[in-house]
Amino acid sequence: MNARTLRPILLTLAALVAGPAASAPALKAGVFEPPRAAPQFSLQSSSGGKLELHSYRGKVVILGFGFTWCTDVCPVTLATLAQARRKLGAAADEVQVVYITVDPARDNPARMKEYLHAFDPTFIGGTGGADELAAVRKDYGIVAEKHVKGSSYSVAHSSFIYLIDRRGQLRALMPYGRGPDDYVHDLQILLAE
Amino acid sequence: MMRSPLRTVLLACGAVGVGVLAWAGFTPIETRTGADREELFEIPRGTWARRMKGEDLGILPDEIRLTLGIRDMLVLRNLDEVPQIFGPTLMMPGQSFRLPFEQAAEYQFACSAHASGQMRVIVYPYPATPWARIMWRARRL
Repeated sequence: MNARTLRPILLTLAALVAGPAASAPALKAGVFEPPRAAPQFSLQSSSGGKLELHSYRGKVVILGFGFTWCTDVCPVTLATLAQARRKLGAAADEVQVVYITVDPARDNPARMKEYLHAFDPTFIGGTGGADELAAVRKDYGIVAEKHVKGSSYSVAHSSFIYLIDRRGQLRALMPYGRGPDDYVHDLQILLAE
Repeated sequence: MMRSPLRTVLLACGAVGVGVLAWAGFTPIETRTGADREELFEIPRGTWARRMKGEDLGILPDEIRLTLGIRDMLVLRNLDEVPQIFGPTLMMPGQSFRLPFEQAAEYQFACSAHASGQMRVIVYPYPATPWARIMWRARRL
């Protein structure tokens, strides 16, 4: 048996001996086991054209849901994500933040672009028809409920963030309130895979 | 000097009480590792079918209490045959979700399985002081 034949066998044996804990460092986010393929979607992009999840294959995607009129959860989350990208340095080029609106009546592509660029010009927003967006929310288990307040309204929505790996697998869910260092920790692990 | 029986009983009870408090306060609580830190909740097989028949199945409590270093990993598992919204997320059949906590705080999660639409997770700090150890043991009673 030559060295070329022996190498994959030894690597397999090493992986078996080391076990899953050694091969998969612990994330700070909640982890899905086994991971599933992230549901695909095709929406209007805030940068023009279509926003299709599969076009980011090869990057780590941070996927969130919210709306530009949100006064509490979304600004905090987006500021955290912007900070995490800055802390990542050059590796941030391999990370794409995608934010999908839960308020299509008010969030058109131009409005989303203006809002998201205030946090980070690389952030991409997704909008579309109410039914299209409802289907995406259902695929990702996102809850969004409209609350009328006088002549205006707000939307109560799921506040967590999904982490999708380079292969398009829905790997983890970061609860609201985690700091940029937690994101950096997990992104570095996912980027290294 | 003669002691009344009542006084003796009260003194004995007091001594036992002090002893229990001393034990609860000064006996260290070992930190745990691996699966011992998990607080597991499972959706059993057939849950969806039972819900369709009108059964009210409360699987997740409204409030989950965890303690850092002892039980600080929330694990949700869907053993049913259909996808389920469980806790904060959508879970496929056979899928589990493991969420570690590292900060003592109160966390609110949107959860459609609850009437309130919210699931609360309270994470307590590791009980490092005698009083915290007493309180931690009292909560487990």
